[in-house]
Amino acid sequence: MEESGPEPARQVVYCGVCTLPPEYCEFGGTAKKCEEWLKDNESDLWDKLYSEDALNANLSTLSVSAQERAAKDAAKKEAKAAANEARDSERKAASKVIIKRVERNKRKYVTVVIGLEVFGLENKKIAKDLGKKFATGSSVTRSPAGIEEITVQGDVSDDLSDWLLEVHGNKIPEANIEFVEDKKKKKSEAALP
Amino acid sequence: MFKKDIPPSNRSKVKSSVQRGLRQKLLETYPGLEPFIEDVMPKKASLEAVKLPERVTLYTIDSTPLFFQPIDGPPVPHLRLIHQYPSAIPTIQIDRGAIRFVLSGATLMAPGLTSPGGRLPDAENAIEAGQIVAVKAEGKEEVCLVGMLKVGTEEIKSKGKGVVMDEGHYLGDGLWRMHLD
Repeated sequence: MEESGPEPARQVVYCGVCTLPPEYCEFGGTAKKCEEWLKDNESDLWDKLYSEDALNANLSTLSVSAQERAAKDAAKKEAKAAANEARDSERKAASKVIIKRVERNKRKYVTVVIGLEVFGLENKKIAKDLGKKFATGSSVTRSPAGIEEITVQGDVSDDLSDWLLEVHGNKIPEANIEFVEDKKKKKSEAALP
Repeated sequence: MFKKDIPPSNRSKVKSSVQRGLRQKLLETYPGLEPFIEDVMPKKASLEAVKLPERVTLYTIDSTPLFFQPIDGPPVPHLRLIHQYPSAIPTIQIDRGAIRFVLSGATLMAPGLTSPGGRLPDAENAIEAGQIVAVKAEGKEEVCLVGMLKVGTEEIKSKGKGVVMDEGHYLGDGLWRMHLD
């Protein structure tokens, strides 16, 4: 399709780390990683952008004070990006996906899933997928505390965790999935003894 | 305009009559796009509209963003589209010192354009206020910002200071990072 036009579309390479065109990587805050990525994946471009000559040419066009300021700025940005990333991964490690089995009626249950969004999953999409997978009602609801949760009808907690690990296992470590059982306290405790 | 990340939102198919209108509008606004329009927006492709914050609508085909349109303004092509067809839209250039400000979402100021590193079109090709322009950077090949000029290029030259472009779509902003699948 592209070649039918009078002047075909240009194919632009985008950095795999910061998604910008590689020439702008130096402003993205992850310059080091970008450079490594470019070297591994697009060595031609790397030669063009990071060779000695190119670097010198870049520097000579700016006045010394402006250079210093830019460097300082870049360093700051980089530190910020690194801190962000560290915080993000820490948060991911600390947070858990909670799969809750809630008793709705004596023998009827619903399964509630909380905390998927921390791992970069979209509640709405997952809810839809779960509904399809288990052929039940599945919806995103806002709990009274204001947290979004997925409610799946029926007790599917075991299958659900299997499915999560199978389909999104690369995003969620197994250790971060937790089961909780929520019973209606009065009745069940009264019934047990 | 899109400093923050854009939350995923609903998308809907665009009626074919509306699609035809948009195509017309796009060609009117960007005569330079004429030779490529069949590639950019094939007649048969189904266009989808995605709602963005601040009453902006983004139009996509097969999850590739094409252009976005504020409710009260002309359509503005997405940067990826401009990267593919850089000749389709008038371009100005900023100096190297301004890049980092532009890429962090600052408003575009005149000195970045009038300094030696910047480039503005000649008097006969002057760009009027209110037109959409792409902004390249000194020493770079790709466009890094697109938006509506607030002052004409001739006025920029004579004045040499002040805001030139209030808000635009720049590399690495929320719209750029938005995932559409």
